[in-house]
Amino acid sequence: MVFTVHVDVQLRPGIADPQGSTIERSLPTLGFVGVEEVRVGKSIRFRIEARDEATAQAHVEDLCQRFLTNPVIEDASIELKVDVGARA
Amino acid sequence: MSPRVGVVLFPGSNCEQDAVEAIRDLGGDAEILWHGDASIGDVDAVIVPGGFAHGDYLRPGAIARFSPIMGAVTNFAQAGGAVVGICNGFQVLTEAGLLPGALQKNRGLKFLCTTVSLRVVSTDSVLTSEAAIGQELRIPINHFEGNYTCSPQTLAELQAENRIVLRYVDNPNGSVDDIAGICSSGRNVVGLMPHPERACSELLGSTDGRPLLHSLLVAARLPA
Repeated sequence: MVFTVHVDVQLRPGIADPQGSTIERSLPTLGFVGVEEVRVGKSIRFRIEARDEATAQAHVEDLCQRFLTNPVIEDASIELKVDVGARA
Repeated sequence: MSPRVGVVLFPGSNCEQDAVEAIRDLGGDAEILWHGDASIGDVDAVIVPGGFAHGDYLRPGAIARFSPIMGAVTNFAQAGGAVVGICNGFQVLTEAGLLPGALQKNRGLKFLCTTVSLRVVSTDSVLTSEAAIGQELRIPINHFEGNYTCSPQTLAELQAENRIVLRYVDNPNGSVDDIAGICSSGRNVVGLMPHPERACSELLGSTDGRPLLHSLLVAARLPA
């Protein structure tokens, strides 16, 4: 089975995000008020082939832990869907 | 015989020649080690230099960690060999798990290119043994992601084990506890953001990097 995967990498809570705070500080000058807690992350998309969803999930978790994130400062959330367009 | 220092060259490294020159000027032998080789030969110490290894893609050091040479560097470090990561090299060593913590973007989001004062905090490491505790050193920094961070637990460990070897006198980048450089629990792996190899000649404005790299040569003479 083929799955499409979207990994959202975010700085862990409590880790300072200078990009997010710079964006947040600049918003009022453009007239956007009331925007809070801006956090900047990374969005990574790919496809993966695996026997079933649980196997795919386990592979992606391993990939996130060992490569796509630095667990000291980052967390990942994983969205995994069957790629309906892919040939079986 | 002069101690031999291997300087790792990744695609995107840009401080390797400075390191080679500085080591030779201090009386050591230096050679470039290509990142794609799985061996470090018979060098007595390793420098992972500054630059942008593999373009800093994903995160600084994230891809360099998978270069074939890193297995050999890790084995060498685990056997007690002296390994120093400077700037991007520090980032590589944290990503490779040879040093704890991580380097984040600077507080203030500015790329910093200036000379700063460092204070020697511990002389019990391969990079500081020939310096004096409390000594102030003027050394250049040149980084965007030099803001050292780690878990409170790791920080407590670093403090308790006297593994913070260099601190900024005036913290330029937001590093926790003013950390400029740390060492491994074996004290043979050191990472620092400042560039001692650029402070080895009066012509370049400071010679304060010399005691640090001299320490590395002293460590390289001792069997690992």
